[in-house]
Parts: sequence; C-alpha cells; structure tokens
Amino acid sequence: MELKDKLVSSFLAFEEAFDVNSDIHELRTRSLKEFEQLGFPSKKEEAWKYTSLNSVLKPDYSVFPKKEDAIEYRDIKKYLIHDIDTYNLIFIDGIYSSHLSQTTHDKIDVCLMSSALNKSKYKPVIDNYFNKIVSKENGFTPLNTAFSKEGAFIHIHKNQLADKPIQIVNFATGNEAALMIQPRNLIVVDENAHVQIIERHQSLTDNPVLTNSVTEIFVAKRAVVDYYKIQNDRDSASLIDNTFVEQKEQSNCSLHTFSFGGKLTRNNLNFYQRGEHSDSTLKGITIIEDKQHVDHNTLVHHISPNCESHQDYKGIFAENSTGVFNGKVLVDKEAQKINAFQSNNNILLDDKATINAKPQLEIFADDVKCSHGCTIGQLDQDSLFYLRSRGIPLKEAKALLMYAFANNVLESVKIPEIKKRITHEIAQKLGVSLGFDL
Amino acid sequence: MLKIKNLHASIDNKEILKGINLEINPGEVHAIMGPNGSGKSTLSSVIAGKEEFEMTRGEIKFEGEDLTELDPEERAHKGIFLSFQYPVEIPGVSVTNFIKASINAHRKSQGLEDMKANEMLKLIREKSEMLEIDRKFLSRSLNQGFSGGEKKRNEIFQMAMLNPKLAILDETDSGLDIDALKVVANGVNKLRNKDNAVLLITHYQRLLDYIVPDVVHVMVDGKIVKSGPKELAYELEEKGYDWLKPEQV
Repeated sequence: MELKDKLVSSFLAFEEAFDVNSDIHELRTRSLKEFEQLGFPSKKEEAWKYTSLNSVLKPDYSVFPKKEDAIEYRDIKKYLIHDIDTYNLIFIDGIYSSHLSQTTHDKIDVCLMSSALNKSKYKPVIDNYFNKIVSKENGFTPLNTAFSKEGAFIHIHKNQLADKPIQIVNFATGNEAALMIQPRNLIVVDENAHVQIIERHQSLTDNPVLTNSVTEIFVAKRAVVDYYKIQNDRDSASLIDNTFVEQKEQSNCSLHTFSFGGKLTRNNLNFYQRGEHSDSTLKGITIIEDKQHVDHNTLVHHISPNCESHQDYKGIFAENSTGVFNGKVLVDKEAQKINAFQSNNNILLDDKATINAKPQLEIFADDVKCSHGCTIGQLDQDSLFYLRSRGIPLKEAKALLMYAFANNVLESVKIPEIKKRITHEIAQKLGVSLGFDL
Repeated sequence: MLKIKNLHASIDNKEILKGINLEINPGEVHAIMGPNGSGKSTLSSVIAGKEEFEMTRGEIKFEGEDLTELDPEERAHKGIFLSFQYPVEIPGVSVTNFIKASINAHRKSQGLEDMKANEMLKLIREKSEMLEIDRKFLSRSLNQGFSGGEKKRNEIFQMAMLNPKLAILDETDSGLDIDALKVVANGVNKLRNKDNAVLLITHYQRLLDYIVPDVVHVMVDGKIVKSGPKELAYELEEKGYDWLKPEQV
C-alpha cells in the first residue's frame, strides 16, 4: 500500500486509540482531509523541483510504534549536549521517555504536548497558539496536525528567563523495520521572556526512519529566542522539518541549522515578522557527502516596518551529495524601512556534487534595503598551497579551509558548548585531527 | 643544500622558467632580484611544490634528495619554508592555533607526539617577543584584517617557530615601512646559523642593507643572467635591469 493510503486508513484507529473526544479532534479530521487532497509533494511543484521524495516514501513505515523501554542514558549520551545543565525532552520512537527527560513547571513550562493537549490548564494557550501559523502549502504539515499527539510544549511566561537551555531530542530505536514519526512542538515565549532551545533527531540503527516534524514558535514583544537544530543523522533517516516562527515587536529570534548527515533533509523554515523593530536571524552550515541531500527552503515574510532579517547559509558538498537553497524574502507594501540581508555560499568538492541555489526577493514596499548574494565555487588552490607549505597535509588543509569558510555562521552561536560540539562534529565528519581544538 | 639544475617550468603550457641553475649551501644567504614578471615568484613556488606549475625539464635537489615527486607538505617537513608575498586569510583560526597545527603536523611527520602545551606556549612567547609581536595579535584570526606589515611579520613569526633549514622569503619587504622592515630583517638575522640558508626574492636593494646576501642573482625572463657579490645589488639599483637582457649574456 502507498504510504499516503496507509496513513489515511490508519487515521480512525489512531484517533480511537487515543482521544476521540479531544478538543482538537475536529482539527485533526479537517487536517487529514487537507492531507488527502494535497498528498505528498512531487517534483512537479516548484518548491520541490530539486528534492525527490520517491525513495523516502517507499519503505513500509510503521505508523504506530511499539513502546521501547530498553534505551538507557549511556546509549544516547553522545547525542546530547551533556557538559552543561539542560532541561531535556527525550522521545523514543515518538514516545516520551520520562526517565531520560528533565521537565519543569517552575516559572516556565517545559513539558509534553500530550499533556498540554489534554489538561484544561493549558487550554487557553492551545486555543490561542496551536496550529495558528502553519502553512498548508504541502501535505506534510496537515499530515502532522492530523496525527499530532506528542512533542515538546514549552511556555516561557512573561519576563521569565529559562534558566538553562532546553534540549528536544527524538530518537528512533529501529525496533520497527521502518518507522514514521511525527513530532509536534509548540513553543510560546511571552513578553520579555528568553529561551535557548536545541533540537535533534537521531536514529540509533540503520532501519529506515522518516520524521515529519512541525514546530510553531511564538516570540512575543521584546522576547528573545535562540534556537539550534543539529541534523547529523544516519544515512537511513530522513527528516522533513517544518518550522514556523511568528515575531512581535522588538523581538529577536535566531535559528541555526547544522546539517551534517541523514539521507534526505528538508528544512521548511518560515519567519513571519508581525511587529516593528523585530529581528530575525537564519543561519546554517551544511556539510554532506555520499548521496546525502539537504534542502533549505526559507521564507522571511516582512509584514511590519522597521525590521531586520539576516540569512547566512554555507554549504559544502562532497562526492554525489546534493544541496538546495531556496531562500525567499517577501516584503509587504506596509513593511517600509526594513533591512533584509541574504547570503548563500557554496563549495563543491567533487565533480558530481550539486547545489541548486535560488534566492527570491519579492518586494512591494519602496523604501527598503534588501541584499542577496550567492556564490558557488571550489576550495581556493592558493589557500591550500599556503597551508600545505606550512606542513599541513592536504586533508587537514582542506578541513581547515572548510572550517574557515563556515566560521562566520559559528561565530553567532551563543552557547559555547554548542560551538564546541559543532566544531567537534565537523572535525569528526571530515576525519581530521587538527592538532588543536577548533 | 639546494641544487637546482637546468630547471624549466611552465603554467598552462606557457614557459616561465627557462633553465635555472642555482646552488645554495648551508649558512649562505642568496638574493634573487629582477623585474616584474621575470619568474622570481614562480621559482619560489616551484621549490615549495605548488602543483599548478609543471616542471618540464631539469631537477631540484634538497640535501641530495630529488624534490620533484614530493607534495608541498612533504617539502615543508624536510625543512623548506616559503614566506608568502600574499599570505592567505583564515577566519576562525587564530595565529596560535594555526602555528600549533603546523608544528604538530611537522612533528607527526617525524613520528613525534604533539608538542606539550607549556612547551608550545614558551616557544610562542620567546619567538613573538623576538619579533615584537603583541600577545593580542596571536589570538586574532590568521591574517584576517592584518595590515601588510602584520602579515609579513606573521610570516616571519611562523618561520621562527618552524625553524626551517631553507627559508625562501618572497617579497617579504614589499608593503613594509622602514621600522617594520628592520624588525623583520632583525628576526631573520637572529634565526640565521651555519646550518640553515635563506633565499631572498626582492625587487629592491633596500632589504639587502639589513639582510646581507653572500650572492646576488639577477633573473630576467626566466633565467639567471648574472650572479655576483652583494655589490651587484647596488649596481642594479643604479642602472636598472635593461643592461642585462638574456641574449646579451
């Protein structure tokens, strides 16, 4: 059976197994209908022209994973930022693991979507924010909404500062021959509140995994959100990440995406600036090889005047890997005096590596500053010669140049442990030891 | 130490070096002077192993060993150092970390462990003081935003740290004011001993007032057309290069 048919026919059983009386029952049913109509996107659609889902949709995914309790902290420690204290929301095969997690309700709420959806205490927040800024451009988000049940629920109340970063990590155990997971996260950051969040999806075996994740982030007036997505999964795992960010006046949201692995990764990242003097930063480093595929599909929608957005994506593609950067900046007529900056630089290391880069600017205001730049090139031979003439072997010299190329994205990482982790993963990925810590 | 015989080299099928002969012995300083485009920088790149240049004829031997098949890093490990006319910027990698990577790569090629942190620090302190380099400078990204003088001083700092047998200084004097030139020259002189050698590539005689050569070679159109004692440099400064066309020799 095709995956689409399987999902549609599983829906009734899904709803009955959990909560047919849930408040969002109607929303789920409606969303399933939307998914039925939209289906999975194909290459015929402009936004998916360079990303084929054929091989990703092929496996016979299990939609109802069995509960797996055997995972211990030592099995997953290396995938966590563990050298600093954090709140942890850990999901194993889509199911919350209480013994691996650390939640809180002290001044801030760091807990589960399943409880937020069921407890009346959270009803006002759910009513106000759940599924409010998602786009229905393709079937993935409605599909996630139809099956939404578990994920992270984070609410940082007015004037609160989350005292430590929050990690949201989804593990797949391989307990199923093939598994589809659909995490659903809601992050509400009230006025003048601050939070730092790290998100990761990680498969522990080589069984196929498809993750269709939806995250909604609401950044209220003067709130600050600092978000990191670490994507370094196995070649058997694919991720469709749909993230929607709404910002109010004087808010600041920065989101870094580090894509170092996985079979296919598609980042649908959408920022909506609804409030003057808001500031958005979208940055990414992609380093992939073999037949890996990473697609960054960004939208920054400038709705209000006097705002800023900064996009900086660096890509390094080796062997047969393929990359896509599709960055759209949309400036409404009312959004005067905004400053939108976009930069996308790529290095192709091998003849067969590919990058499809497509910056798009749609500007309806007449007093704005928008710039975009896109480059595709190779490692500079003169620079390589310089490093080698200092005794640094070719492989390490290449690694140093790649690190230097990606560096200005790393510079804006505010959590030192993340910077350390990322540089470590880059060095490990490139298979080098540089004689010093980057 | 370095023996070059009848060296021909070309890039994109265009011959740049047209039969170079050069012998440098331990303890010596040689200077190569010549007009723009005569092939001086090409010669230094070919000795250091830049792959874009194709050696079509002749040989380069370093301490009796043929260099032809060796990669640039292998030549560096054998003790050849090239100070670049245009050093490369490496954002995100500090001067200190870069020199650590370089030193440890050299050590690894000799089967040695990484240099101990305190030993490295001591060496860095000693050499940076010798070249009057500010400590803040060492934590800056390599060559990024450096002035011309800072770049050159940094090249000589790396040379001091690596202590090569043969140092090739390619236009190290260009872009330096007189004070910076003195500091750099003073550093090079302090590093000289009976076992190492220096090859200076320069346009101007000015540098040779501070680093005094044993031999001056004049290069015109891919060939060394005249060699002589240090006084030759003054003659060139006075008369220019026109009297030394290759066909007249």
